[in-house]
Formats: sequence, C-alpha cells, structure tokens
Amino acid sequence: MSEAAHRLLGMTDDEYQSVVAILDRIPATAELAMYSVMWSEHCSYKSSRAWLGRFRHDQPWVVLGPGENAGVVDLGDGWLAALRIESHNHPSFVEPYQGAATGVGGILRDIFTMGARPVAVWDPLRFGPLTEPHNRYLLAGVVSGIAGYGNAVGVPTLGGEVEFADRFSGNPLVNVMALGLLKREQLVTKAAADPGNVAILLGSSTGRDGIGGASILASASFDEDSGVKRPSVQVGDPFEEKKLIEACLELYDRGLVAAIQDLGAAGISCATSESAAAGGMGMDVDLDAVHLREGDMTAGEILMSESQERMLAIVEPEKVDAVLAVADKWEIGAAKIGVITDSDLLRVFQGGEEVATIPAASLSDDAPIYERPSRRPEDLDERWADAPVLPESVDVPAVLLQLLDDPALGDRTWISEQYDHMLFLQTVVEPGHDGSLLRVRGTDKGLAVSTDGDSLRCFLDPRRAAARIVYEAALNVAVTGAAPYAAVDNLNFGNPEKPAVMWQFIETVEGMAEACERLDVPVVGGNVSFYNETDGVDIYPAPVIGMLGFADPLPHRPPRLDRAEDGMEIWLVGHEPGSDFAASALARVILDHFGGRPDAADPETAAAAVANAVRLASTVPVLHDVSAGGLAVALAEICIQSGVGATLEDMDWRLLFDEAPSRFVAVVPTGTDLAIDGLPARRIGAMGGTRMDFGVHGSVDLRQAADVWRNALPRRMNA
Amino acid sequence: MRVAVVVFPGSNCELDAVHALSLLGAEPELVFHRETDLSGADGIVLPGGFAHGDYLRTGAIARFSPVMAEVERHAANGTPVLGICNGFQILTEAGLLPGALVANRDLRFICRPVHVRVESTDSVLTRNAEVGSVLRIPLNSYEGNYVVDTPGLDELEASGGVVLRYSDRHGAVGPETNPNGSTRSIAGITNTSGNVAGLMPHPERAIEEILGSTDGRVLLESFVASTERAPT
Repeated sequence: MSEAAHRLLGMTDDEYQSVVAILDRIPATAELAMYSVMWSEHCSYKSSRAWLGRFRHDQPWVVLGPGENAGVVDLGDGWLAALRIESHNHPSFVEPYQGAATGVGGILRDIFTMGARPVAVWDPLRFGPLTEPHNRYLLAGVVSGIAGYGNAVGVPTLGGEVEFADRFSGNPLVNVMALGLLKREQLVTKAAADPGNVAILLGSSTGRDGIGGASILASASFDEDSGVKRPSVQVGDPFEEKKLIEACLELYDRGLVAAIQDLGAAGISCATSESAAAGGMGMDVDLDAVHLREGDMTAGEILMSESQERMLAIVEPEKVDAVLAVADKWEIGAAKIGVITDSDLLRVFQGGEEVATIPAASLSDDAPIYERPSRRPEDLDERWADAPVLPESVDVPAVLLQLLDDPALGDRTWISEQYDHMLFLQTVVEPGHDGSLLRVRGTDKGLAVSTDGDSLRCFLDPRRAAARIVYEAALNVAVTGAAPYAAVDNLNFGNPEKPAVMWQFIETVEGMAEACERLDVPVVGGNVSFYNETDGVDIYPAPVIGMLGFADPLPHRPPRLDRAEDGMEIWLVGHEPGSDFAASALARVILDHFGGRPDAADPETAAAAVANAVRLASTVPVLHDVSAGGLAVALAEICIQSGVGATLEDMDWRLLFDEAPSRFVAVVPTGTDLAIDGLPARRIGAMGGTRMDFGVHGSVDLRQAADVWRNALPRRMNA
Repeated sequence: MRVAVVVFPGSNCELDAVHALSLLGAEPELVFHRETDLSGADGIVLPGGFAHGDYLRTGAIARFSPVMAEVERHAANGTPVLGICNGFQILTEAGLLPGALVANRDLRFICRPVHVRVESTDSVLTRNAEVGSVLRIPLNSYEGNYVVDTPGLDELEASGGVVLRYSDRHGAVGPETNPNGSTRSIAGITNTSGNVAGLMPHPERAIEEILGSTDGRVLLESFVASTERAPT
C-alpha cells in the first residue's frame, strides 16, 4: 500500500503513521478505509473533543449523557425522554432533497436505537438570501425532503427555525433534532456483552451509496467541483425505515436483543467496532453474509458504505430465530454477519480471508485529538466599534410592515404545513409559536422544545450570542409552561484549521456552557459540524441549541398567540432595554447595517424571566417572547394570530424594535395580578380594534399587516 | 363493538385511530395486513399512513394485501368500513369506493385544519351529523385531490354519495376554499349502501379540546354507532 492512498481517503500523513504504530505494521486496504472514516472530523470530533468536556451533564435526572446515540433524561413515573441533534449540511447542499431526507432518517435511528419510539422532529435551517434562485431551490428541496421522509416514516415534525444570510449561500445548514419516549425498562444500549452473541444486520441491503459520506463530504470544505461529490450522498427510503422502527420496537418489547447500534456515518465499520468496544469485547465479522445491492463490492466499500436504514442487533444465540421471524414479519432484510468474541479484536473476513484485524477500541479511543490554534479575529474591535446609528425618528408603521415582510420574520406556515405536525395526537402547541408543546399520552406530563440560533449575532460576539440563544430557547419553552430541563447543541462552524474559526468555536462553547449551567440545564448531547466553508469563505458561526422543557402536569390551557381578545391588557415583563441593536432585525432590514457589539444577557434576569413565564403559563392566555424585530413584531404576531388590534401607550420608537434579551409580553384579562417576581413589569396597552395603534407614531391596519406577514415566504417561494 | 384497525407496513395513524375509537366507546383491535379472518369484527377502519410506502401509487399495493379479501367480504355484507386518508386511497384502489386520489393542485404536502361541510347523512360516517353543518378537521396529505370520471361523478352526486365537501367556516364552497384541487371540493364519499365511507381529513385528530378541535367526534361517533347494529 502506498502512502498516497491515505490522502485520497482524507487522512493526514501523521494520522497514517499513528495507524502504523497501533497495528505495528502497514495497514491493509480495508483497515485503512476503516481508520480513515472513523478518524474523520465528522466521526471522531478530533478538533472539538478537547473543548466539549466543558458542558455539564451531571444533574440527577440525566440517565445517559453524551457518548451514547442519544441523551436520555428521566421524566418520572418510569418515563424517559431521549433527545439528539445532528447536522446534514454538506449532503443537503449537494443534493437538497436526499440530504435533508437522510438527515431525518439518521437521527430517528439514533433515537430508536435507545429503545425509544421517535415522537417528534425539529429542523433548524440556514440558507442564503431568497433573492437568489439557487437558494430558493435549496429551501424548497430541503423542506420537501424533510416532509417526504418525515411524513412517510410517520414521525411528526413539530417545528424548527430558519435564518437567511449571505454566507450560507455557498453552504446552507440543515440541522435536525429528534425526541423519543420510552419506559425505563425499554432502554437499550450499544454495549455488546457476552462472547458467542450474534450480530445481526437488519434492514436495507448494503450498496455503494454514501461511501465516504462522513470523511470525504462532511469533513472537508467545498469548492467549485463539489458537484462531483454527489455519489457520496446517501439515498433515503422512509418505508424501509418505518418497517425498521416497528420491527425494532417489537424486538425490544419482546426482549429479544441484548444490545443494538444503528448504522450511520462509517456504516458497518462504526457499528461493529463501537458495539464491540463499548462492551469490552471483540467481534468476528463475515462480509460474505452481508446482503448487498451489488455483488462485486470490495471489503473496504462494504465496511464504509453509508447505505441507509440499517441496524446492528446483538442477540443471544437462542433468540436468533425469533429475531429473524420478526424481521420476516416486517419484511426487512436480516443477516447474521458476526459473532462477539472475548478477544478485543475486530476481525473482518471476506471470501475466507481475513481482510482486517484491528483492536476494536482503537477506531474510536485512539482517534487523534487536536488542540488547534485559536486567535481572536484581528478586526473584532473594529466590528464592535461600528455600532448601528439610529435616526432620530422613523416611520413606525412602514418599518413594521417592512420587518413583517422579511422572510426570517414573516409567517413560516409555508414550511410547517408541508410537515405532518399532528400525528400521534400529542401536539398541544403546534409550530408557529415560541416553542412547540406535546403531551406524553397516557400521563399528565408535557414536553416543549425550541430550537434557536442567531448566527449574525454570533459573528459579532460568539460568547454573548451563544449564551443569549440558550436563554432565548429556555424562555421559548417556558412560555408554553415547561421548565427548561435538558439541552442538545449543534455547533456549525467553518474551517477549524483557521485560528479565527477555532476562536469562535471556543467562545461559543464557553457562552453556551455558562448559560446552561446558570439555568441548571444539562447538555446531554451534541454535534459538531466543521468545514462549512466554500471557496475559502466560512459560514457565520451558527451554533444551534435544542432546548427540552418539561411540565408535570402540563397546563390545562397553555398560552397561545391566538388567544388574545378584545379588551385584554398588554403587559411587558423585563428590564427596560438600553440600546441593543447590533445584528438586530432593524439594523439588518431597515438600516442595512451589520456591526456593533450585542449586549450580554444578565444571567439572573434571564433565569427570573424563565421562572416567571413558567408560573404564568398555567393561567395566562398569551405569553410571547420578545426577540427578533423587538416588541413591535412580537405584538404584531399576537394581533395577527388572534385577529384583534391593539393600542399601545406612547413610547420612544426605539423601544418598539430593541432586541434586548429576557423580555416577554403577557396579554391578560383586565385586572389580572401578574405577581411578577424579581423583574419589572408594566402595562403598555390594550387589545382591541382593527389596527395596531402606536399613538404618536401612527397605526397599521391589521389586515394589511397580516397579509404582508403571511406572504413573506410564499411570495418569494412561489415567484 | 369490535372494530378492526388494519395495520399495513407503512401505516402510521393506527394508534391514533385506536385511541380515538376507544375514547368513543368502541373496542378497537389492531389487525396485521396478513390476517385473513376478520369474522367477529363489527366494523373495519383502514387508517392513514403510507401503506407499502405508497409505492407505484397510493394504495396500489395495499389492495393486494391478504386482509383485503376479508375487507371486501365484510363491505359486501354491510359491515361499516371506514378509510381515513391513506385508507380512503386504498378503498378507491380496491374498487370499494369510486374515483381516485391524485397529487394536490400545488404539488405540496398539506398539513393544516380545514373546514368541511356535511352534505349527506346517509353514511356510516355522517349519520349523527347535520346536513349543512361545518366541521373543522385537520387535513394531512400529498395525494388528497379527489378525481372521478364524469359518469362516476354524476352517479355519485345523484346517489348522495358525496358526504363531505371542503368549505369555508360558514359553509361556502368554492375554488378559494378548496385546499387541494379536489373535484367539486369533495372531501369524503360513501358507497351506494352507505356502509363504506372514505375521507381525506383526519377526524381522529379532532376529538379532544386540548388538540384544538372536537369536530371529528360526530363523524367517528357516527361510525361507532353504526357498528352497533351491524350484521354479524
């Protein structure tokens, strides 16, 4: 084997030398293929691992933290929730429909691998401006991929969020978060105990699709030749996945598997080695037993294939026949491809020959860890000094209409109504509110989820912005009545070999970790996506938080944006803002300005806002977080959804659009005592009429506002 | 009343149907598609989903599932049979209901509550409802656009086979209240005997206040009530 082969597989010379040292010999072709993919950035987290220990997850309600396929938390009464977030950024740029579809499929397997039934999915997305036709094509393709897979596989999509900015034109982001529910006794892990147990490959046959998906596609930057990477994108089949889910849940119900591992990035290499290593065992794998789509596949191809909809079950010998019968019932493929051994070696055979023999644990445990250099961007002070300059006065009605017409602020129904968001009769608060709320059927418990990101603010100050998105997500679940309970994070960044990108990453981790700690929210899992870079341009740093809120019992009638009524009072809860316009919607849409330094969120204020919102949610009809677009946009959303106008007291126009964090609006019947604890709150107006009336600043016809807001996405997408 | 809820590979609303039917006092039972004996069932529900992946065409493979011979036998005997969404598509493929369901006018999946107007009470789906009443029920489909040839349409209208039409909340029917391009805004139909019915909206998603609407109850209550007097 020449050394050049490892470079074609995306490995550095040093990494190759490490493999030689571990094996004490030159690796065989199949072995090199396995190391290359398992040591890729995507699988090994080699550039980020040194920092991820910063996240805490030692709270008593955490059942499983990072390292398993999904984080698991305890909901009491024997119920557990499994959650996970992933990215499918690179494949979705190359092929939006399949890239997004297989992202959904992959994360669902992570959930049902734990023994849980996947019950909901959320999709945070980032695209370039919709003025470019190619970005519209990507948005339409990604949304229909999520819908096509999610709807057919029978897991509802309960929301997500979307941002548009120039740096995502060459590199859109497609993240996906999933939630599963299980009873404690159903929990399964990947650790393959007991020699003699049989490894059964379940599901689709193995083909040449997705070879190098993790190493070649997900762990490298883009350039003008990225189209040739299309064969590295996997192809999804939601019907196979649906059958696989039902078959696996039946296997768990009947106690037929000792352990199970899904096949995602790095396919059989990853599943067999991780399963064996986690149990402190070895495994003998027979590639001739693998059901293939094409007969002439090499050992390396079979080991690296990322064909979708496959699981590896570890089964006691006497239960093998029962497992095969369940596979037959659900019409899925099943093949006995391996046997657990007490050798700690992963030995792979093809055509009677041993094609690979490696220490199972070395694929994951001996992966390199890089502490890459980081450096504060040289122009940061300049960026901070360039604060938006606000005019003395603005035409408030015109500004509001322009903001409501912005695709990032307008109605997202065009997206969410393509997703089945009602399956399982659990959706209490549907997409379109701050957080979505679902009931755990058969209990009084409720779970809320909000995914949040803010890449423009992160570019200006990653640490402050990362903390703010945590607080915002927490407030978003709080206004549905659920207290923040656990989080997962998806860290989307550019090229980590650039010190400025590593600085963004480290600052982000610090900001997120601090905020989660302050709220006592464990971070039970996460994902890092580096190399989001095209032609040398990195994306804006785009961390996304997926916040899980928990309510027990869930509010009888949780707050909704459409429950405001004529005559109700409007209250604003939270500190008066200073002047927080850096990376605000006003600066971006109206002033066409990008600079300044966002305010830091005060942790005590943030925690107080969350606590008050959770308490109010059991009685108050409308609670709404004030975020992008400020008070005016928050109120417009309430007015539009409720079909009632509002009259506000006279105030400085800046207060209408300021985006200072940790504030929310409450709409309540006259005379309600909000009994806000530890935060200022004041009555700022009343609901009524058919206009949004800003006193001295003029008014907006509600129907016109609604029309503009509802058409912000359709008028662009249907153009 | 024992109601068989058929599970095809790819079905996904079967547990929702069971939940709703139980809530309304029926005794639902999941039946796998390979079952060939449904004797003892007082009613049959084909739930929503993507039976056999909707490959070839929605319902095209499901109609050949072993259980369908029993469904046809029961339908002929007057047993109440209800197809919801994908179940409706399967019933048309099986020839138990006329017409077919094709892709939505805008070629996009639609998941949202819609209004439907009750057109006839001569069916197991609408017998407890009032003609002209308007119900708010979620729609959730890509192939929800009902089509039928002209003689079939005339016959359907003449026989009172159209049981639900998409409308606005006041009951007005027109192109602007038609979510998916369905012929004459048809949302649900029945056979000439009134014992086999299919609809695209999901009544089981509108049976509890906490989920936003209880308007689906009257439809499923009609069906459950129909199973009480079914021949054995």
